[in-house]
Amino acid sequence: MPHTISQKIIARAAGEASVSVGQIVTCKVDLAMMHDSGGPRRVESKLKELGVGIWDPSKVVLVADHYTPAVDADSAGILSLTRKFATLHKIHNFYDGEGICHVILPERGHMKPGLFAVGGDSHSPSGGAYGAFMVGMGATEMAGVLATGEIWVRVPATIRVEWNGALSRGVVAKDILLKLCATLGMNNDYKVIEYAGSTVAAMWMNERLTLSNMAAELGAKTGIIAPDATTAADLKAKGVQLEPWRAALCSDDDALYEAVHQFDTAALVPHVAAPHSPANSHPVTDTEARHIDQAYLGACTGAKENDLRMAAEVLKGRKVAKGTRLFIAPASTQTTAKLAADGTLAVLLEAGAQMMPTGCGACAGYGAGLLADGEVSIASTARNFKGRMGSSKAEVYLGSPYTVAASAVKGHIADPREFLL
Amino acid sequence: MTLVRIWKFGDQVDTDLLAPGRYMKGSIDELAAHCLEAIRPEFAAQVKPGDLVVGGIGFGIGSSREQAAQALKHLGVGAVIATGAARIFYRNAINLGLPVLVSPDAAKLQDGATVQFDLERATVRDAEGNTLAQCEALPDFLLEIVRDGGLIPNLKKRLATQHRASGN
Ligand code: SF4
Repeated sequence: MPHTISQKIIARAAGEASVSVGQIVTCKVDLAMMHDSGGPRRVESKLKELGVGIWDPSKVVLVADHYTPAVDADSAGILSLTRKFATLHKIHNFYDGEGICHVILPERGHMKPGLFAVGGDSHSPSGGAYGAFMVGMGATEMAGVLATGEIWVRVPATIRVEWNGALSRGVVAKDILLKLCATLGMNNDYKVIEYAGSTVAAMWMNERLTLSNMAAELGAKTGIIAPDATTAADLKAKGVQLEPWRAALCSDDDALYEAVHQFDTAALVPHVAAPHSPANSHPVTDTEARHIDQAYLGACTGAKENDLRMAAEVLKGRKVAKGTRLFIAPASTQTTAKLAADGTLAVLLEAGAQMMPTGCGACAGYGAGLLADGEVSIASTARNFKGRMGSSKAEVYLGSPYTVAASAVKGHIADPREFLL
Repeated sequence: MTLVRIWKFGDQVDTDLLAPGRYMKGSIDELAAHCLEAIRPEFAAQVKPGDLVVGGIGFGIGSSREQAAQALKHLGVGAVIATGAARIFYRNAINLGLPVLVSPDAAKLQDGATVQFDLERATVRDAEGNTLAQCEALPDFLLEIVRDGGLIPNLKKRLATQHRASGN
């Protein structure tokens, strides 16, 4: 029987020779990621109630990103609790204010193909960019995983999404995803999205991360990409050597998919999602040039090294429009250091961008950079639900870092391509 | 059979509507008081224990925040019945002992209707006992988690059984 890459990973984690779609199996977890918001403060009391510790602290990665740096006594308390938890449970893989969890995991070499991984965050599908099967979950379920090292799953069907051809200038992974949200909708519940095609094969890992991350917006269980030479090279640079079976993981040629969608990449233009849903996305050329009070370059899908470099391409030698503010919140401290070293950061700051701390910040509505009633914003984040970024009477558009930067320069929603000739 | 009220919402009731980010630092009491206020301001104050929340497709879409389900549970909601439920929300709710049932009939249920709800049979009936919605029943092991009051009490029970079985 031919199998998809997801089936292969699940079968291995369940100790079965093979698994079929719909089957319910119990899997052993290779890696469990938690952050400060859904992690320790929610799981600690549950572990106490169960009277157990963590099954294997070496398999846990804890990241303080949502409430860091603290903006008030409550968030400081949450961070303090997180640190104590790490010490108490001997979690050595603890990253405190060093970056956003979905960026930290690959950056610090925790992701690799074939892992059966779980994360206490809905964007955990990010791990799929590295050929891991990684799903998001809530705190009670995480407590169960921490206690037992196991979780039940219903083997999902896979939808294969192929993008073929070269991306035009100014068009990036975020545009692919916004287009997919409009085309496939946000209710692909219990399905795996498998990204493939020559466009994906040509992408760097950071762009693949955006694809996998936003499988969450499609409602999918995860978004997986088979490992290839790019994956192996990226991991090698981080000191991760791949066992041959991991490097060779892929779906069988005749694997059964629930659906296969094919897209012509060359035809894709920059997309913008209008309030209040990523699925409300349209070509930027069809989007009204609304005035923007705030442009936000932040979050796991919008402030990685490559994302901020895109913004710098647009902002070089230009200024943020009067009446518009541009915030940048680099996705990790390593990102900041690299961009500071090569002058990218200076380009952004000279254009008038204001620097925010590394972390989730305004993306989750917990940190600085929130919106007032009636304000309009464009952000490089992953979702624009009502009330997510401050006031429930604010409006948030989503776009690629290129589009966000171009909009900041113009003071209204703008097509980045005119800046990228 | 107790009679409960239906609170009906549309498609894509997301986690930011159920558990607004601004109140996430506070207690569950405070958070629950703001549950769904952006689309139905009177909901949190008026919902009664056992009432049913009915939604369309994509119920609970969005973040993994368990508080989205916890807020409903805290307000005493008896079950969520939806055309489709987002997977993390679905698991979170069941792990907290709040049943989520999927049914194509959800769309037919009327806001404000007074109904009876039967978890074992996965049905919603009117006061006379006529079936209004037939839902997909939960698999037995999930039903057991709900009956135990959630995953933690359920695990506690299972761990104790293992403990006894291993003779320690
Ligand atoms: S940056 Fe935003 S989307 Fe990414 S983990 Fe943080 S809150 Fe979630």
